Amino acid sequence: MKPTVELRNHPLELYKFRRRLAFSAGFILLLFLALLSRFFYLQVTQGEHYHTLAEANRISIAPLVPNRGLILDRNGKILAQNYSTYTLEITPNKIQDLESTLEELATIIEITPSDLEQFRKLLRENKRFKSLPIRNRLTDKEVARFAAHRYRFPGIEIQARILRYYPYGELASHVVGYISRISDKDLEYLEQSGELDNYRGSHFIGRIGIEQSYEKELHGITGFDEVETDAAGRSIRVLSRTPPVSGNNLLLTLDINLQQVADDAFGNRRGALVAIDPNNGEVLAFVSKPGFDANLFVGGIDHKNWNLLNNSIDRPLNNRALRGVYPPGSTFKPFMALAALELGLRSPGYAISDIGYFTLPGSERRYRDWKVGGHGRVDLHKSLVVSCDTYYYSLAHDMGIDRIHSYIKQFGLGKKTGIDIFGEIEGLLPSQEWKMHRHNQRWYAGDTISVGIGQGYVLTTPLQLAFATAIIANHGTAYQPHLVKQITNSQTDTARELSKQKLYTINHQPQNMELVRKAMVDVTRPGGTASNSAAGAEYTFAGKTGTSQVIGIKQNERYKEELVAERHRDHAMFVAYAPAENPTIALAILVENGGSGGSTAAPIARQVLDYFLLGKLPVSKEAENVAVSEHTHDH
Amino acid sequence: MSNLSNSKLEISAFELGKLWHYFTRYIDSFLLTGILILMIVGLITLYSATGGDINKISKQAAHMLIALSIMWLVANIPLQQIMRLALPLYLLGFILLVGVALFGEINNGARRWLDIGITRIQPSEIMKIAVPLMMAWYFDKYEITLRIRDYFGATIILLLPVLLILRQPDLGTALLIAASGFYVLFLAGLSWRVIGGLIVAAIGSVPILWSFMHDYQRQRVLTLLDPSQDALGAGYHTIQSSIAIGSGGIVGKGWQNGTQTQLDFLPEQSTDFIFAVFSEEFGLIGNSLLLLLYLIVIGRCMVITANASTQFTRLIAGSITLTFCTYIFVNMGMVSGILPVVGVPLPLISYGGTALVTMLLGFGILMSIQTHPKLVKT
Repeated sequence: MKPTVELRNHPLELYKFRRRLAFSAGFILLLFLALLSRFFYLQVTQGEHYHTLAEANRISIAPLVPNRGLILDRNGKILAQNYSTYTLEITPNKIQDLESTLEELATIIEITPSDLEQFRKLLRENKRFKSLPIRNRLTDKEVARFAAHRYRFPGIEIQARILRYYPYGELASHVVGYISRISDKDLEYLEQSGELDNYRGSHFIGRIGIEQSYEKELHGITGFDEVETDAAGRSIRVLSRTPPVSGNNLLLTLDINLQQVADDAFGNRRGALVAIDPNNGEVLAFVSKPGFDANLFVGGIDHKNWNLLNNSIDRPLNNRALRGVYPPGSTFKPFMALAALELGLRSPGYAISDIGYFTLPGSERRYRDWKVGGHGRVDLHKSLVVSCDTYYYSLAHDMGIDRIHSYIKQFGLGKKTGIDIFGEIEGLLPSQEWKMHRHNQRWYAGDTISVGIGQGYVLTTPLQLAFATAIIANHGTAYQPHLVKQITNSQTDTARELSKQKLYTINHQPQNMELVRKAMVDVTRPGGTASNSAAGAEYTFAGKTGTSQVIGIKQNERYKEELVAERHRDHAMFVAYAPAENPTIALAILVENGGSGGSTAAPIARQVLDYFLLGKLPVSKEAENVAVSEHTHDH
Repeated sequence: MSNLSNSKLEISAFELGKLWHYFTRYIDSFLLTGILILMIVGLITLYSATGGDINKISKQAAHMLIALSIMWLVANIPLQQIMRLALPLYLLGFILLVGVALFGEINNGARRWLDIGITRIQPSEIMKIAVPLMMAWYFDKYEITLRIRDYFGATIILLLPVLLILRQPDLGTALLIAASGFYVLFLAGLSWRVIGGLIVAAIGSVPILWSFMHDYQRQRVLTLLDPSQDALGAGYHTIQSSIAIGSGGIVGKGWQNGTQTQLDFLPEQSTDFIFAVFSEEFGLIGNSLLLLLYLIVIGRCMVITANASTQFTRLIAGSITLTFCTYIFVNMGMVSGILPVVGVPLPLISYGGTALVTMLLGFGILMSIQTHPKLVKT
């Protein structure tokens, strides 16, 4: 078998080869065309898009956090200010082994268990790419020490932060409030309200009080740097800067010195005091005792302090002036008296014969006066001066709950005053409709009797009582109670006065108002329930004492203070305004478990008024103690 | 007197001219001009990509000089000599590849380098030229009695090193060598039916290939399909280079003004991704001119190939030309996001010495084919 050997055909072979080569050339041209069209797509069709992406790559926005506005009292004393400090912050997702890093860190910078605990709390509450503080208020030495070891701790950095400081600590903390770290919940809220952009870079937000309610004024507008950054995120240079606009400064209506006097006057007692300028609704003092140090909350409060505050039986975190509801007791009587005159149910000359108790027609149940045996002949004037209960039992019975409700609601009792901090509690001014609605029960005649002396269903806050008292002080005209007097633009230094806001004038005859006002003056004069506290005052002042029951007293018992546990003792109440002729201050005082209003609450009022009207500071603690020990019976 | 000195001068000029002729007689000046222009473009782009790093630029210039010298050297060797080298070079490369598989250094999870005492070498680089040489030699040898089974023999010559390189693993190099071998097969007249069958088989083997792929290789393919899926990981390269190219627009941002480049958003910007730098700074116009420049060089290579006189020279020239095209297409394709990211440099422009030497060695062969007297086998 001969192998068939194809003889070579050079021209044919070359032709075949060149055809293949030409084919390849054509194929290459196609591929190059594909590349060219891809370039055309990227650079022309999508050019704008990629240009934007390149710019976004290159430019990053660094927020510039504005300085928070200051909070000042009416005389310009600083209640809340800023200070810069160094904090040591950890970005958790940049760290491999958090536990060992923390251990190592502790060898360089002191980290207390409380710091650690707070950090862990933040760790749980925040996203892992956020920078979280492990230590606040680093000393210069600590900053230097960490800086030297920084290379060992990637993901941990020293940050200059602006923190808030409240120079007065506990004083007025319920009003001023505090700021604390922005939580994820806050972020959600900010996103919904469209304010999130303004909070880029912000770490704190107002939590309660003025800090919370005026957050928008205080926060300011966040500025930003347009920074050119490289791929590693290092900034190369600032392209443009929009400076931040500092928050506005707030001038409060509060007089911090008066607040201090009022606060001191309480001593260790629990309670509340609200003082209002009746002519314009400016709140001059706003005390809730005990208080808390707002500075504890700024860096995030630690577990121990939080438990101390939150679990304390004294409930220091509770703003009693705003949120504490108490039966107004006999401080309710001036409003009842005015209602009686206005509705024509009582004339000034009409008098009852008080035998020490009141019974409803056809009932055996005795509604007792605080004074055994009664006050004898009692007209409207005397009923207020000696705080006769029997007079108001029969008056309430005659008036009926719905007329009480509809007249007295003009004084703002049982509803929010609309003061400019959040969290106000309504209290309760009952009516038939309310009881049916709330308890699905009809109103009983007996229910009305206790309301007549400010007990039973009626509940008010100290703020409401001060507001109501201010209306009497101002001859029936109500002004919106408010805490901020002036807002100063920190950039232009121009001040915007928050003008007083007249709400309404209650329905009344001036002569009726005069009768009530005169009786309230006599409360502070010899024979009146607050005469001891008013003795020697260089101005006339009007007031009304009150006692609000904490526990019910059975039919055949009498209330004996010494036999009742301290926490079950009556609350002492006092409302007042001064000077009586032309009042510049109206106030309401509550002393929890303080006993009678004349003995514990009225002396506080005297100290506040002395300071406010005369600039007189309390002489000494002894004098205060003497006044307290003099036991006077009053209700 | 003056005549004498003049004639002396003439003599020396003549001798210089002779020397120059001697020096350049095996150089294809057309091809050389194209190569030099591309190299200058490369240096200019490198200047921008490195932020004016003179050290790196002079290093690359040195690479170029070495590569050009090797090209000159190869161009001066007649093809018969080169042909004689085909088998020994292939065998050497093969032994070294086996050596790598047995004793190679592991680097980044891949076994690609071999320490031969004096220096470390990457035998797969030798194979880039040795495989087509060997195959061309093989076809030349069996030219007279070419049968189907000879294609099988050539295929085995090709597959042995490719599989070894694939095992290292180095998918990019393996595919490029496979391509250069395939070009020899194709130009040697592999029947269209077989090619069609190969294409069908290739498509059919995708799932099998997929199962043999390493995770990072799969990731590259997945990333190609959707780069944004892993924007900070595997997709980062593609996204950033697409942004660089796209943001260059029609006229580009200007030399040294590419923000993607200057701010280091572009990865590997002086090596595999240098085209994105060029593209960002010179735009669509620059890209078109660069493609044109490449096409001119390719065109010259095609002419040389078409005029080659023997089976060996035709096949080796064709393979070198088409491999050069493949490098360009694969590199630009991956940088512009239409091909997966495989480590292929842009010929004559990317920073790096090895690829440059291999490439110019190929051009040296082309020049030798073009400039040495054509031999016609009888």
